[in-house]
Amino acid sequence: MAKKSTIAKSISEHIFIYILAFFTIAPFIWMILTSVKDMGEIYVYPPKWLPDQFHFDNYAKVFEAAPFGRYYLNSIFVAVFVTVGQLITCSMAAYAFARLKFPGRNILFFIFLGTMMIPYNVTMIPSFMVLYWLGWVDSYQALIVPGLASAFGVFLLRQFFLTIPKELEEAAVMDGASKFTILRKIIVPLSKPALATLAIFTFMGVFNDFIWALIVINSESMRTVQLGLAIFRDRYLTQWDLLMAGSVTAVLPILVVFFFAQKYFIKGITLSGLKE
Amino acid sequence: MYNTTPEIQEERVLEAGITYGKYPAKKSKKNKKGDLYSALLFLSPTLIIFSAFVLFPVIFSFYLSFQKWNMFGGSSTYVGLDNYIRMFKSAEFWSVLKNTAYYTFGTIPLNMGFSLLVAYVLHKKIFGKKLLRTLFFAPVVISPVAAAVIWRWLYDPNFGLVNYFMGIIGFDPVNWLNDPTAAMFALIVMGVWKTFGINMVLFAAGLEAIPQHYYEAAEIDGAGQWAKFKNITIPLLAPTTFFIMVMSMISSFQVFDIVYVLTSGGPLGATKVMVFYVYEHAFKYFEMGYASAAAYVLFAILFVLTLLQVKYMKNKVYSYGG
Repeated sequence: MAKKSTIAKSISEHIFIYILAFFTIAPFIWMILTSVKDMGEIYVYPPKWLPDQFHFDNYAKVFEAAPFGRYYLNSIFVAVFVTVGQLITCSMAAYAFARLKFPGRNILFFIFLGTMMIPYNVTMIPSFMVLYWLGWVDSYQALIVPGLASAFGVFLLRQFFLTIPKELEEAAVMDGASKFTILRKIIVPLSKPALATLAIFTFMGVFNDFIWALIVINSESMRTVQLGLAIFRDRYLTQWDLLMAGSVTAVLPILVVFFFAQKYFIKGITLSGLKE
Repeated sequence: MYNTTPEIQEERVLEAGITYGKYPAKKSKKNKKGDLYSALLFLSPTLIIFSAFVLFPVIFSFYLSFQKWNMFGGSSTYVGLDNYIRMFKSAEFWSVLKNTAYYTFGTIPLNMGFSLLVAYVLHKKIFGKKLLRTLFFAPVVISPVAAAVIWRWLYDPNFGLVNYFMGIIGFDPVNWLNDPTAAMFALIVMGVWKTFGINMVLFAAGLEAIPQHYYEAAEIDGAGQWAKFKNITIPLLAPTTFFIMVMSMISSFQVFDIVYVLTSGGPLGATKVMVFYVYEHAFKYFEMGYASAAAYVLFAILFVLTLLQVKYMKNKVYSYGG
């Protein structure tokens, strides 16, 4: 009797969670299905789930209607540049905080931690001005340079570097290796999981970023995928076939990376929660 | 979670040792300043960018909040507290603040309840747990812009899936994004969908940390499912719960991307939130001083919220600590 009710409960839990999961991914399914329908099949009620014919040419139409190819190049270029840059600047700074002794180290690190609490919208106006004064508005520099440092990244890597036993560096120190060599040849190879977390998290953040691109970019050729899609939405308000095809292209790279490197995403996102 | 076994580390040391064999041995010199010069060198890229894009902006926007300046038209003038006074007298500002609070306090209970429920069920023996976790987390990683475009289609009054499913369970169709009352609700639902995966993961970690023997002891005493949940899970999850609450509040108060694309602050300003207001005044009307003042008001609210939560959290943690 008791066993029977346990099984019944377990079944109901399964049904419950799978229904929830269905509703969670329904928007994705609907996006993909809409992206391959023609307008006649989109404007029907009740909604028709599967199209009679898959119109993959919608994707070609999107790339004709707006230079999404160019948007893509811009987004990938900026995201890769910022990610690589941040890995370098953050591991250098993290190494200084974890291993080097200098006056004011703790105070400086404390200030760093404090800046993680500052909301983005407080810094965004003067940051735009700095770019304006530098003559960088509407350029790659505008999208890249402010992202080249990250308090979160420094914090994440410093915590990881502290867990690496110092003895590992002693042989190299005795051999007279420079600090930079120690960082590059010993610390970095041992910190791959932390670096991967930071890399994936940064890449996602930059690729998905919208507000900063909205502020600093004016010309069409400089638009990122997200900015391009938002402007595309304004122009093709109800062309749902094209809008959904555009959305698929805007989420695809991140979803693909996510399915292969899930644990780093989850780690990065939960850790970034800690910064607040 | 970081799988660096002693063996691997040893191997790497050996490798490193071989690499370093090439370098001539030098005696390291230490002076009173320690590694100051190396530290400056290592920190300089981060410090330069931080000074330009974080430290200077924080201070400068505070200064700007007492100025009147349109950025492109000549010099700025000191106006004292005028920006703040004008803001507190503006009906729009209060409505924006109300909208932001509405969004925040509408999202948080739904988000937390839903994510705790999912985490709790997934903590049991469930077939396909890993896949399910992936699916629940997927909305978190996609771009907010694309997510909002998708939801605009779901909320379509005539052909949208939301009205279709509502119709099945017997509700009349709603013009979600054009009705001032419905629009904020639509935004909240989308916001919960987009972010509950984060909290689900945090709750899962919290549940993982509760020792199993607490439950076993309760079972021996004859406690049922609900009693266990109420007397063991909820109190022991308290630190996690408060932490999630702080995080959710801070991020909800700063919502922008999904608002911009889903409703553009409309209809009739019903979904205009704080960051949208700051953005509009800064980059549409170019009132940099006024926008900075608005940003600082938001900053102050977030700061107070954080302090309150941290204080409350400490008390809770201690009272359950014994």
